Amino acid sequence: MVATALAEAVAHSAAGAALDIEQVSHAFDIDGTELAVLSDVSISVEPGEFVALLGPSGCGKSTLLRLVAGLDKPKAGRLREDEERIRSPHPSRVVVFQDPTLFPWRSVWDNVALGLEAQGILKSQRHRVDAALDLVGLSSFRNAYPHQLSGGMAQRVALARALVNDPKILILDEPLGKLDSLTRITMQAELVALWQRKGFTTLLVTHDAEEALVLANRVIVFSDRPARVKADIRVDRPYPRHRGDPYLADLRRQILGLLGLDATW
Amino acid sequence: MSTYSLSDGLASGAPRLSRAPLLATWIRESGVGVLASIAWIALGLSCLWWQDVGDWTRTHSLGIAAFVIAAIALFGTVGADYLGSAGKALHTRAPWLLALGAFLTVWEIATAKFAWLPLPFFPPPQAIIEVYTDDLPKLLDSVFASVKLQLGGYLIGATVGFLTGVSIGWSRAVGYWVHPVLRFIGPLPATAWLPIAFFTFPSSWSASTFLIALATGFPVTVLTWSGVTSVSNAYYDVARTLGAKPSFLVLKVAIPAALPHVFVGLFMGLGSSFAVLVVAEMIGVKAGLGWYLQWAQGWAAYANMYAALIVMSLLCSGAITLLFAIRDRLLVWQKGTVKW
Repeated sequence: MVATALAEAVAHSAAGAALDIEQVSHAFDIDGTELAVLSDVSISVEPGEFVALLGPSGCGKSTLLRLVAGLDKPKAGRLREDEERIRSPHPSRVVVFQDPTLFPWRSVWDNVALGLEAQGILKSQRHRVDAALDLVGLSSFRNAYPHQLSGGMAQRVALARALVNDPKILILDEPLGKLDSLTRITMQAELVALWQRKGFTTLLVTHDAEEALVLANRVIVFSDRPARVKADIRVDRPYPRHRGDPYLADLRRQILGLLGLDATW
Repeated sequence: MSTYSLSDGLASGAPRLSRAPLLATWIRESGVGVLASIAWIALGLSCLWWQDVGDWTRTHSLGIAAFVIAAIALFGTVGADYLGSAGKALHTRAPWLLALGAFLTVWEIATAKFAWLPLPFFPPPQAIIEVYTDDLPKLLDSVFASVKLQLGGYLIGATVGFLTGVSIGWSRAVGYWVHPVLRFIGPLPATAWLPIAFFTFPSSWSASTFLIALATGFPVTVLTWSGVTSVSNAYYDVARTLGAKPSFLVLKVAIPAALPHVFVGLFMGLGSSFAVLVVAEMIGVKAGLGWYLQWAQGWAAYANMYAALIVMSLLCSGAITLLFAIRDRLLVWQKGTVKW
């Protein structure tokens, strides 16, 4: 990834927003029966924090992200961004999904421009699209179509599409889950670098304890469905972090124990 | 050492490719082109050698034209190296040129010269050429009338079908009211409306436009609708988190995502509207190629019918080519689309 002077110049985003999740419960109606997915979850995130949400698969982490994004409304409880109630999606909280979900009929540049276009400010802000593409190192692919990209490149475009909006909260729903391990490690480092430079609050859903520990300064472990907060762990280590760090290895053993996997590790 | 012996081998190998293999290569490369030329010479000879069994004025011209084509094929083949892309184009089409020449020769002999096929039901090629030269104004008028009717009806049907499809795909309320009507009326062949349409509409032209629009509209509606409903929710989620309003979701997400389906509908609509066009012209409208066919049959002018059929086929094929060209333009982002 090339951090050019241009990209630096546009990195003017204000710091991240605070996020308050207060006694949130949520449930799905499946054929008339109610399936509880979140039970009384309360998390308070400081501006600029990098919080990883870790839990068994299907426990409701992604549901929580949808609530934070404003895509769904909780059955009970409140979510607030900088003291303001979250009622609907807003470009200050942008989601990067597990699948890049690029629009196949748009070129890379047009995909990144999506947010600005939807908000009707693209005409005066075209340079932000170029800067975001620079930021993820894909300027030379601006005219390519999504089917011409590799999985890692597509996810980078999705990241650029999110960052071009200068989000206050970046919501990452296992964005690296489907990448090969090498691309994954590279992109983890890129994510940390971007977060440090831009200062947005980051919420990362993952099922990989190591990823959570390398990236986040706070790891929240969820129980099985319906998800409740099981542990809230501070990770006080400087960046860049090393996978072999004994401190992290110890935390990892603890976390895996919380997830019921201590016997195998 | 090894490179030295390699270049040595090459140098001595070149002259060893003596004349016999060269001739074989030449025949393999140009043989079909020469045969095509011979086929067209045969057509020319068959035109001029025997007497016609009937009274046709263009036999001589056809023979001359065949010789001209034969000459072009021959020189084009021999001089292919100097003709660039034109020579290459001729080379790839040489087998078809050969088949066409042979077919026309057999046709000429079987009809004009020995009447193995019964006249007047099987007119010779020169009779059809005679139609193009002598009845051109009437034929052109018919082409113009058909294109006008088809274009008007098709554009109306495609537009209405597209808008209806998007509306029922997007809005539950619209779907509630329109879907049953669509199910009731849509599968009915548009031609079944002919008798009613022709006395309820003020003119046969407006009635035909309505029928063509109907035949086009149904497949376009259904496929646009299915295209819009099959758009993945993930696209809407992405757009919504980026600040998209409902109008943006329809115009910039639902419609572009549905476009591949829409073009299938437009293609199917084009096919069924051709059928309606011809039937409408045969029954009600006093113009167009369908009417020309009917009129020619009335006068037992079979050459005119074949001539009109050929024109009609070119027009229909041209329309589909045009549609596919537009599709390829709009859907460049898709990979592996069918080449028409």
